Amino acid sequence: MSESVDRAVNAMKEQIDAPTASYFSSCVHCGICADACLFYTETGDPQYTPIHKLDLMRRVWEREYTFAGRIKKWLGLSRNITENDLTKWETLVYDSCTMCGRCSLYCPVGNDIVSMVRKMREAMVASGHAPEGLRHASKRSVEIGSPMGITAKTLEAQIKHAEKETGLEVPLDKEGVDYMMLLSSAEIAQFHEIIPAVTRIFHQAGVTWTLCSTAFEGTNSGIQIGSSDIAAELINRIVDGAQKLKVNYVISPECGHAYTALRWEGPNLIGKPYPFEVVHIIELLDQLRARGKLKVEGKDDTRQTFHDPCQMVRRGGVVEQPRTLMNLVATDFVEMPDHGMMNWCCGGGGGVSANERAEPLRRKVFSAKKQQLDQIGVERIVTACSNCRNMLEEGLEDNNMDEIEVIGLSEWLAEYLATPSADAAGDKS
Amino acid sequence: MKPHDTLAEHLQSQGISRRGFLKFCAATASMLALSPNMAGAIADALGKARRPSVIWLSFQECTGCTESLTRSHNPSVESLILSAISLDYHHTLQAASGTAAEQAREQAMHDNQGEYLLVVDGSIPTGAAGGYSTIAGISNLQMLEETAKHAAAIISVGTCAAFGGIPYANPNPTGARSVMDLIHDKPIVNVPGCPPIPIVITGVISHYLTFGSLPELDSLKRPLSFFGDTIHDRCYRRPFYDQGKFAKTFDDEGARNGWCLYELGCKGPTTHNACATAKWNNGVSFPIESGHGCIGCSEPDFWDAGSFYQAISSSPADLSSAATGAVIAGAAGGAALGLYNKYKRSNAKDKHYTVTTDDMEEGSS
Amino acid sequence: MSALELLTWARGPALQAALVIFIVGMLIRILELLLIGRKKDLSAARGGQVGAGLRTIITRSIPVSGTWKQHLSGYVWHIGFIVVLLFYAPHIQLFKEGFGIAWPALPTSLIDVITIVTMAALVFSLFMRFTDPVRRMLSTAGDYFAWVVTFLPLLTGYLAFHNVAADYTLMLALHIMSVNLLLVVFPFTKLAHAVTFLFSRWYNGANAGRKGVRV
Repeated sequence: MSESVDRAVNAMKEQIDAPTASYFSSCVHCGICADACLFYTETGDPQYTPIHKLDLMRRVWEREYTFAGRIKKWLGLSRNITENDLTKWETLVYDSCTMCGRCSLYCPVGNDIVSMVRKMREAMVASGHAPEGLRHASKRSVEIGSPMGITAKTLEAQIKHAEKETGLEVPLDKEGVDYMMLLSSAEIAQFHEIIPAVTRIFHQAGVTWTLCSTAFEGTNSGIQIGSSDIAAELINRIVDGAQKLKVNYVISPECGHAYTALRWEGPNLIGKPYPFEVVHIIELLDQLRARGKLKVEGKDDTRQTFHDPCQMVRRGGVVEQPRTLMNLVATDFVEMPDHGMMNWCCGGGGGVSANERAEPLRRKVFSAKKQQLDQIGVERIVTACSNCRNMLEEGLEDNNMDEIEVIGLSEWLAEYLATPSADAAGDKS
Repeated sequence: MKPHDTLAEHLQSQGISRRGFLKFCAATASMLALSPNMAGAIADALGKARRPSVIWLSFQECTGCTESLTRSHNPSVESLILSAISLDYHHTLQAASGTAAEQAREQAMHDNQGEYLLVVDGSIPTGAAGGYSTIAGISNLQMLEETAKHAAAIISVGTCAAFGGIPYANPNPTGARSVMDLIHDKPIVNVPGCPPIPIVITGVISHYLTFGSLPELDSLKRPLSFFGDTIHDRCYRRPFYDQGKFAKTFDDEGARNGWCLYELGCKGPTTHNACATAKWNNGVSFPIESGHGCIGCSEPDFWDAGSFYQAISSSPADLSSAATGAVIAGAAGGAALGLYNKYKRSNAKDKHYTVTTDDMEEGSS
Repeated sequence: MSALELLTWARGPALQAALVIFIVGMLIRILELLLIGRKKDLSAARGGQVGAGLRTIITRSIPVSGTWKQHLSGYVWHIGFIVVLLFYAPHIQLFKEGFGIAWPALPTSLIDVITIVTMAALVFSLFMRFTDPVRRMLSTAGDYFAWVVTFLPLLTGYLAFHNVAADYTLMLALHIMSVNLLLVVFPFTKLAHAVTFLFSRWYNGANAGRKGVRV
C-alpha cells in the first residue's frame, strides 16, 4: 500500500463512526438515492448514484469494522483500495457532489448519505486527492485569510464605500457590541451592496454590531475540501476575533456552507462549545421583524421566487424565515416546485464552484434548476447565499434566461426599509 | 393343505362365494388404482393362480403385523387369502416347532427354489454379530440372507422390516436394519405401517399373483397405489386445514367440531399411507376420524421425528433456551467486537495525518 | 437419510443452530456498529433529538413523493413476506411451541395469494436489478445472494404447500432448510438492514432534529 492509500484508509477508519457504520450496514443497493441527485437526474449516468460515491469507504467499513468483513480479510478475499481507486473516486466525491443532502432525504432506510461524503472527503484530502481548485482556495484561506485572496484592505475599501453610500458608520473591530458580522468573499468582491444594506438595517433596528479585520471571512474552504484540520484553523480565527471583540453573537453571512461550518461543525472542529451564539443573517432579520425592529414600507409586485440554499434548509433548518421576510413586501411571491426542504441545488455547492475541473458538469446539471424555474416564470430570484447567487446568474446566462434578476435577500429587503421618519416613530413606540 | 390347489378352489372350499370373491377382486383393483374392468382380470388370474409357497420370517418385531392380518376383524377375504397361500413357514402361525419347523423352511426353500415369496416382519439386528436375536441358533441376519437367496421376491411387512421401525430408533442398541438395507439383489416391496393395513398386504400379493410382477413402487419401494398420497391429501378434515380451522386441544370446541388436528401434532402431511381411504377395522374409521392425529407410523424414522403431539411446523428442539443462550453469547461477543472497533477507531485517530497548507501545494490528481 | 429424517433434523437441531447463529450474529452486527461510538456534538442544539429520531423511524416509511414507482415492488414484497411469515397458521405454531407466543392466523387461502404476489414482486425486483442501470451498477454478488436466500423460503414453502415438485416431506424439509440458510446468512449480509435501518433512521432523524430539520 502506498503512503497516500494508507492515509486514505486511516482517515476513513477515523471517520467511520456508529452512524456511518449503521448507514453502510443498512444500505440495500436499491438505488433510490440516484433520483435525489441532480448529477444523476440531469445526466442519467449511474456512476453519480450518491451511495456509489462512497463505495471505497463501504469497503473499508466492511473490512475493518464487520465480523464477516474481518473473516473475508483474513481469508484474503477483500480487495485493497488502490491509488487508481482514489483517483477515480476523486471526481465522484468532489466534482459530482454539491453536498446538497437531497439523497439523505430520499434514502428509504434513512441513511444520511451526504454526511458520509463529508467524511469521505477527509480521506481524499489526506491522501492528496483533492481537486486543484479547492486546494488553492484552501491555501489562500489559510495564508491570506480568504479563499478568493481578499484581504482586510479590500474590506476596508468596501467599508469606506458603504459609509459613503449610507452616511452611517460601518463599525470595524468595535469591542463590546452584540453582533460580529461575517461576510463571504463573494460578497466583499462582487455583492458588496450587502454591506450598506445590513448597515442600514442594523442602524434602523438599533443593533450594535461590528466587522472584524482578523475574522471577516465566513466561508470555510476546509469544510468544502473536507479537511477538519484546515476548517478548524479557520473557525479558530473567527472564535478568536469574536472573543477579542467580546461579542455575544456571530452572524453567519448569506452563504450556505459558511452556516454549516460555523453553526454546526465549528464547535466540534475546535473541540469546545462557543462562548457566543451563531445566528444566520436571515434568522436574525426574522428575529428583528418578530421583535418589531425591522420595519419595511412599500410593496414589490415583481413576480419572484426564493431559492433555498441547501445548507440553509436541509442541513441548516432555516426554512420559514426567508418566506416570512419576503412576504413582508412581495405581492407576487411564487414558490418553485420542490421548494424548501426538497429544493434542487444550484449545482455549485460543496466546493464544486471552486473546482474548475467540474465546471462543464456543473453547467450541464443546472438544467434541474432551469426546469424548476421554467414552471413558474419569474422575473426575479431571491436567495440567501452568494455562491448560489453566482451559480444562478451564470446558469441563467448559459440558458439565455438572464432577464431574470438574482439578488440576496438582505440586500433586497434593505431596499424596502422604512424611511428614517417612520423609523424614528418606531423607535419611540 | 394341498399345495397345488388353485386359489379359487381353495376359497370355495373355505365357503367364500364367487360373489364375495369378486367383491374382493373389485376392492383390490380399486386399491391398486386399476380400472374397474381389471377386477375381472384379477378374478380370472387369482382364480387360476396356483397357491404360491410363502415363507414368513419374523425378526425383531412385536407380532403386531401378523395380528393386523389375522385378528383385526372378523374372518374376511383378506384373512382367507392368507390361508389361501401356501404358508409354509411362520413362527407364530405354524404348528410345528423345533427341528421340524426349520425343516419345513428348508423343504419349502428347496421345493420352490427361485419361486417362493419371502415375507419379512421385524427388523434385523446386526449388532453383536447378529447375536441379539437368533432362531434355532441361526442369527436373523444369516436366516434372512439364506432365505432371500432363492426367493422370487421379498415383501417387507411393517415399518420395522421396511425401514427399521422402532428397533431402529435412536440409539438403536441392536444395530437394527431394514430388509432393503441388507438385501440388494432381490425385488423388494415395502408395506410399512405399524401395523400395516391388511388389504395392502393382500393387495400386493394379489398383484403378484395376477400379473406375475410386483406393483409400481415409489422411491422407498412402497406400492404407489397405496402410498402415493399422504394422509393429509385424502383426509376428510382437510378443508378445515385450508380454512385455518384447528383444534387446539383434544377436548375443545374445534376438536368436537372435527377440525384439523395439525396443531395437535398430526403427521398426516408427511405420512404416506392409505388409512384415510382404506381405513381400519373393516372400514370403520382411522385414527384421525377417531379424534387423534396421525403419528406417521408408516414413515421411515417416524419414532425419532419429534413428539406425536407437536405440530410438524414447530421445532422439536428447545428454541427458547437456545435463544436465551444465544442472546448472552451474542451480547458478550458483540460487546467484545464492538469495543475492539472503538479501540481500532481511536487507534486510527492517534495515527491521524494532519493536513496542512503543504498538502494544498502538491497534488497527485 | 430419508426425507423425514432430513425434516426432523432441519426443524430440530438445524433450526436450533441456525437460530443461535442468527441471534449471536445479529447482536454482533448491532453491537459492533453501535459501540464504535461517535463524538458528542458540541454545537448548540436548536431542537430535540429523541422525538425527531423516533419520528424519522416512522416517517421514512413513506416514500418521497414521485418515487412510489421505485418503491412499489419493494413495499409489496416486504409486507407480503412479513405477513406470510407471521400470519400463516403453521408458522404461528412454530412461535407458539418454540417461544410460547401466539396470535391469530390468516386463512390459508389468503396466505396462498399473498405468497404468489410476494414472489412476483421479488421477481420484479430482481428484474429491475438486472435492467435498471443504477441498480445494475450498484449490485454486487451479495445482492443477488441475498435475493436468492430471501426467495427460496417463499418458493419452497409454496411448493410444499401445494405438494408439487417434490414430496411434501422433502419439500417441507427443504423449506425449513432454506429458512435456516436465511437465518444463518442474515446477520452477515445486507439482510441485517432489517434491524439496522432503525439505527440509520434514528441517527439521521436525531442529527437533523438537533438542527431543527425534519428529515
